[in-house]
Amino acid sequence: MPGITREEVAHLARLSRLELQAEELDHFAEQLDVIIGAVARVSEVAGQDVPPTSHPLPLTNVMRADEVRPSLTPDQALSGAPAAEEQRFRVPQILGED
Amino acid sequence: MTDLTRTPIIKWDAAQTASAIAKGEVSAVEVAQAHLDRIEAVDKKVNAFLHVDTEGALNAARAVDEKRAKGEELGPLAGVPLALKDVFTTKGVPTTCGSKILEGWIPPYDATLTARLKDAGVVILGKTNMDEFAMGSSTENSAYGPTGNPWDLTRIPGGSGGGSAAALAAFEAPLAIGTDTGGSIRQPGAVTGTVGVKPTYGAVSRFGLVAFSSSLDQGGPCARTVLDAALLHEAIAGHDPLDSTSIDAPVPAVVEAAKMRDIRGMRIGVVKEFAGEGYQAGVMQRFNESVELLRELGAEVVEVSCPSFTLALPAYYLIAPSECSSNLARFDAMRYGLRVGDDGIASAEQVTALTREAGFGPEVKRRIMLGTYALSSGYYDAYYGSAQKVRTLISRDFDAAFAGVDVLVSPTTPTTAFPIGERADDPMAMYLADLCTIPSNLAGNAAMSLPVGLAPEDNLPVGLQIIAPAMADDRLYRVGGAVEAALNDKWGHTLLEEAPAL
Repeated sequence: MPGITREEVAHLARLSRLELQAEELDHFAEQLDVIIGAVARVSEVAGQDVPPTSHPLPLTNVMRADEVRPSLTPDQALSGAPAAEEQRFRVPQILGED
Repeated sequence: MTDLTRTPIIKWDAAQTASAIAKGEVSAVEVAQAHLDRIEAVDKKVNAFLHVDTEGALNAARAVDEKRAKGEELGPLAGVPLALKDVFTTKGVPTTCGSKILEGWIPPYDATLTARLKDAGVVILGKTNMDEFAMGSSTENSAYGPTGNPWDLTRIPGGSGGGSAAALAAFEAPLAIGTDTGGSIRQPGAVTGTVGVKPTYGAVSRFGLVAFSSSLDQGGPCARTVLDAALLHEAIAGHDPLDSTSIDAPVPAVVEAAKMRDIRGMRIGVVKEFAGEGYQAGVMQRFNESVELLRELGAEVVEVSCPSFTLALPAYYLIAPSECSSNLARFDAMRYGLRVGDDGIASAEQVTALTREAGFGPEVKRRIMLGTYALSSGYYDAYYGSAQKVRTLISRDFDAAFAGVDVLVSPTTPTTAFPIGERADDPMAMYLADLCTIPSNLAGNAAMSLPVGLAPEDNLPVGLQIIAPAMADDRLYRVGGAVEAALNDKWGHTLLEEAPAL
């Protein structure tokens, strides 16, 4: 298994939407390398013949009748929002000017 | 039976408290006030609570007293105070999950578990400290400071439910709720000398439980006695249509099982793999004595091998971070919680990244990145895919073991409570605290930890873990109740009575 570099941590941080500081990159690179080294042995034992288990219960899709039921009011739904306007979540710009 | 008139209210267990309230020997308000006073007196030292809801608790207690005055029937836990882990939503009461990113967030709805507690007349005292988003084994990862272990305030109370366990051990509440993703109910129970139960996965609703790792997280009871844990288990368990992973089947008769105190003829397996290097001598000594006690009580004890258990820890540290990296994507600074860097110029994507950087602590960031790595193209099969196969192997080991025995036993933790700070910067050392508890989360079966004495070398509590097949939670209570009764008879008191007074 490959070791994990500082550049890879920076890439993971971007994918994870984390604006890491420079010193965190070094620290996490070292720690993630140790952790990944320690957990990598799972790949040594699991053969082709072993089916994966993603969940302890057999999951089935749960359906209900399409009926209107009580739910949160708009005010309740917006009550924890960092910014709201006209009964909507107000968010920073999503599309750039370019 | 304890003479209640001579014992301070805070020392009563939940069953005694409910009975005294139902008989009118004490009011629910008096009981709530006694616990609020205790919290006021000791919690600056313990830091078990992140938020105390004095008004809500007294109102709930008043409602119970009024119900009684009208002659209405009270439930088996009516008026009993409880400390709720801050990972369950509480309508109108702050919920932070121990994180800065949710500081000041007040949910507009109750978790199903919260609603069931209220319906049962349980008095919720407040929200307890925890490792941020339930990631950790020491409660040091809380953004609001660590919790101390009431046995020795310089040591950890376990994690992630350290606040709930410490509240019990410090006599701030007779009941508490935890969540167990890799051992976060049982490990704090073991190191604080209290009882903690991870019910069968799906037995207690996860609706309103802020998700960390959805296929592993399970809410459950924490208490000072096995019977109290059973009473709480019955109050919170059962099918919930709001949770698609909730099991639609009757709850096993756990209260009845806790009262049986007879394990003659039961077959009990000792897991061979949970011993050896890394296990503290005093922990093994108390565990071996417990096995001897099980024999004396009439159980047949056999050794059982579960070879895949040695891979549970690595599999867990791939599966849990993978699910966490996905679950915690909801903290995007748009709909709730913190928002940082919104200067009118920065894009939504930049604001999300700046907010998550400021709002999450190191362990959460570490796991999000580990999960992102394990799920990334090119590594998926080697890491996440392989871990899922290990999960299958672990379930097969359990199936084979339970074909021959009724329950399995092991130490709950390899060591007693370690000093705060000792493992803080060594994630792999920290992860070892959950070595014995993780297999049950991966397989989804039920498990309990209960106190079986103090390790001679440091006089700190040692836990015995009992593991039962899925939907056979009653077996935990049958064995736990018998062991507890035998030990209390032997000691002449409960273990917590030996805890140094705060």
